[in-house]
Amino acid sequence: MHAYRYGSVTVQTQVLIIGGGATGTAIARDLALRGVRCILVEKSDLNAGASGGNHGLLHSGGRYVSNDQEAARECKEEGDIIKRLMPQCVEDTGGIFVAIEGDDERFIAEYPAYCSRCGVPCEQITPEEACFLEPTLSEKVIAAYKVEDASIDPFKLTLLNMTQAVSLGSRLLRRTKVIRFDIHDRRIDRVLVRNVDSGDEYYIEAEQVVNAAGAWAGQVSGLAGIDIPMNYSKGTLLVTNDRINYRVINRLRRPSDADILVPGGTVSIIGTTSVPVEDPDRIYPTVEETDLIVREGAEMVPVLERSRFVRAYCGVRPLFGKGGGDGRTVSRGFALLDHSHEDVDNFTTITGGKLTTFRLMAERTADMVCNKMGVAEPCRTRSEPLPEIDDCRWTEPGISPKQWMRSHESDDIVICECEMVTKSAIDEIRASLKANNEKPGLVDICMRTRLGRGACQGAFCGPRALAYLYESGEYHGQDGLIDIGRFYQERWKGIHSILWGDQLIQAELMESIHCGLFDEELYTPEA
Amino acid sequence: MTLPKSHNYDPRHVFDVMVIGSGISGMAASLFSVNRKLSTVQAGSAGGTLFTSGLLDLIGVYPLEEKRLWKNPWEALDAMRADGSQHPYTRLGNNRISDAFNELIEFLGSVGMRFRCGGDHNLEVITSMGTVKDTYCVPESMWHCVDAYEEKAPCLFVDFRGLKEFSARQISSALRSEWPATRTLRVAFPGTEGRNEVHAAHLARALEMAGVREALTEAIRPEIGDARYVGFPAVLGIKRTPAIIEHLGKLLGVPVFEIPMMPASVPGFRLKELFDTELPRRGLLRLIDKRVESVNRTDNGNFLLAIGGNDETVLIQARAVVLATGRFMGKGLISDRKGIYEPIFNLPLHQPEGRLAWHHKEFLHPGGHPVNRAGVEVDDCFRPVDAGGTVVHENLFAAGSILAHQDWMRMKCGSGLAIATAYAAVNACIDTLKKKDGEIG
Repeated sequence: MHAYRYGSVTVQTQVLIIGGGATGTAIARDLALRGVRCILVEKSDLNAGASGGNHGLLHSGGRYVSNDQEAARECKEEGDIIKRLMPQCVEDTGGIFVAIEGDDERFIAEYPAYCSRCGVPCEQITPEEACFLEPTLSEKVIAAYKVEDASIDPFKLTLLNMTQAVSLGSRLLRRTKVIRFDIHDRRIDRVLVRNVDSGDEYYIEAEQVVNAAGAWAGQVSGLAGIDIPMNYSKGTLLVTNDRINYRVINRLRRPSDADILVPGGTVSIIGTTSVPVEDPDRIYPTVEETDLIVREGAEMVPVLERSRFVRAYCGVRPLFGKGGGDGRTVSRGFALLDHSHEDVDNFTTITGGKLTTFRLMAERTADMVCNKMGVAEPCRTRSEPLPEIDDCRWTEPGISPKQWMRSHESDDIVICECEMVTKSAIDEIRASLKANNEKPGLVDICMRTRLGRGACQGAFCGPRALAYLYESGEYHGQDGLIDIGRFYQERWKGIHSILWGDQLIQAELMESIHCGLFDEELYTPEA
Repeated sequence: MTLPKSHNYDPRHVFDVMVIGSGISGMAASLFSVNRKLSTVQAGSAGGTLFTSGLLDLIGVYPLEEKRLWKNPWEALDAMRADGSQHPYTRLGNNRISDAFNELIEFLGSVGMRFRCGGDHNLEVITSMGTVKDTYCVPESMWHCVDAYEEKAPCLFVDFRGLKEFSARQISSALRSEWPATRTLRVAFPGTEGRNEVHAAHLARALEMAGVREALTEAIRPEIGDARYVGFPAVLGIKRTPAIIEHLGKLLGVPVFEIPMMPASVPGFRLKELFDTELPRRGLLRLIDKRVESVNRTDNGNFLLAIGGNDETVLIQARAVVLATGRFMGKGLISDRKGIYEPIFNLPLHQPEGRLAWHHKEFLHPGGHPVNRAGVEVDDCFRPVDAGGTVVHENLFAAGSILAHQDWMRMKCGSGLAIATAYAAVNACIDTLKKKDGEIG
């Protein structure tokens, strides 16, 4: 970003989108398909917020039929669209709702009626049939319904949406934070942004500004002096080492803790919790939460009590409105806010909602923005398939090995043996980061590949990747030693709450190498 | 002591000592035991020695929170005692710790692996990570590294194409500010041209052959320039390393050394090979790749241990046991969501209240993770005790990293802890056995 200096450079675009989650990137795609050019700024990384910190569940709607009929209907409709137009991001597993001895019998009996009221298909099956379909289910299952749940890869989804927008002339600026809005005569004239790595600041001028910052929407609107009532609910999830179910398994009760087990690729994900938090920037999975999840989840699928978990992660649900309680009582519906009501005409906020309805949220937002701009083009994401591209293939668990086996060239070298991430995959990421004027580090590469996410948790592939980055001239002096500490901290966030059994052995191995042998902790600057 | 195989596994045959575990502490305990003419049997899986660097640390950092490094490790131990630390070292005087090291090093030297000790100061070696590590005892293959680093002499670091975890450039770059006079060279290891991946153990075996060494040095010699030392990845042979190092030095015209690298390490493998071959020669019965499945006591207080392997289970009777099974990696300790356990004797353990307190949120938290200080508490004879200080079994001893109140990974005391506590445990064991003899007599 050396071309941009404080105050001296102004970049122009039609629409500035703030926030690189599922919604922001889908807005970029939607607008691009209508011929509107955008710049999307993201202060951290794509899917760094709730879009990356969720189950990867494409809801059938069955979860919401009892307490949020509108959300249930939207899920049904959007789920069908996504399965049809974005099948490369979906694993159409189907789903099942099961009740356990002691669960509310009245709720169980009324469930089909709740579903039909919302147009959500559901088919009752016997507990025996349920256990036949899902052998890991508890023997204490007393009722079961089949639904149309599926699993979805939110990383691939976001990358594909953004990639199409970029191919149509829009731009993505990662690690770029909004600092200030300059507002005159009811309009945001220009937006001061800062590259969080280099510290360089510059202006972006746009006809329209869209706030799609998710849990950070209130902070962004605050820069325009607009208060958005938000509350934050943290949800923690655990990833198993092996896939233990075929279909999405939901607990048949009113939404509560650890009542959904979603399979995807080679793993299963159990969650979530719902813990009110003050600050969306300071969240991590806790030991209490992981204990709760294992205990509760094991009621439904007992093998969870003995499973090896490889990672814990969490996200913040951005909930619109000042609700109380655990956040589950606040609507999971979305909020589209036209800030001309607060005297800023070219400013729109979209927040709340859920992954399953991301496309619809983008469509409604783009409709409002186009309306303000006088663009008459209709939405095309409702009917056009999402194109597949190669760039993000490395994020999918299992695909990297497949790709490697199929096409690895004789001079390619495997850097990460658990997940088969190769030198050429790392080179691709380096090239794309550099094309974006970013310095490729271990953490960035880890985020874009499966590097360090396999069984060794980076203990072995981290040093290999580090050696390779030194060889390639990406690191000089002790940069790399400091960066590998950051890399391990990123991995640590995901495992520190699940360190027992095999996972604790793995953590001890990692520490014995990096502290016991290499003394890396003595090279890390104090936090 | 040579026994017919059938006799070995006769549960009526009574061994003096059963050592459980085959990491450094298990190996050291076995050595000390056979040196003291005790009939000794040892069981354990492949062993933690493979995960050692080849360096023998005594102590490097204390207190952890201050990341304080000590030039003189003995002063660090004195400071520990003065502070009232419960570290197992504090149950031993510096003399006994030093004696333990000497006995082990003497043995290793006598079978071809010589070590250099700093005596009253730690030595500095560089690692493949590009860090500088303080350690107490350095194997012969790394001696010139100590000198080269101390002199900051012009040095050439050589690495091999396809050895993914070792980058000469990384080492040179990371050390640049303190040791500017280093250069790097990447060569194809003879016979691996065109290959993408080479493995440390294969290279080490290949270097046992003089022809390979000659071919390798051909490629390096033109690049020596002003270098006064040449540093290699730690792959310089397995059985004849000192001769190989000398030969390479002769061929290159300057001394060469090894740089310790990621496990499974070749120097660790050398150590394991030496123990595996030399200890049985001194009378140790090794039950390789065997685990203790269960333990009972006979009426006279001996232990009767069921040892399982792939095919069969054998019973061993021993008058005393040294438990040197290590921590979680060695399965000396196991854990679930609710706690930490010692699986063989179900010993009482010192451990944090609950899992909440096991780990810090920062992986590299300077204080070290509390779970690392969990383990077996012992008395001055290194016999496991319960929370009230009562000895669990008169003839059960514990040594090495299974012990509580230490964090070997952060304090850099792994080998020293293993060696010194094995020494103390075996000596205490002898006293106990003598006492028992006396009672019988």
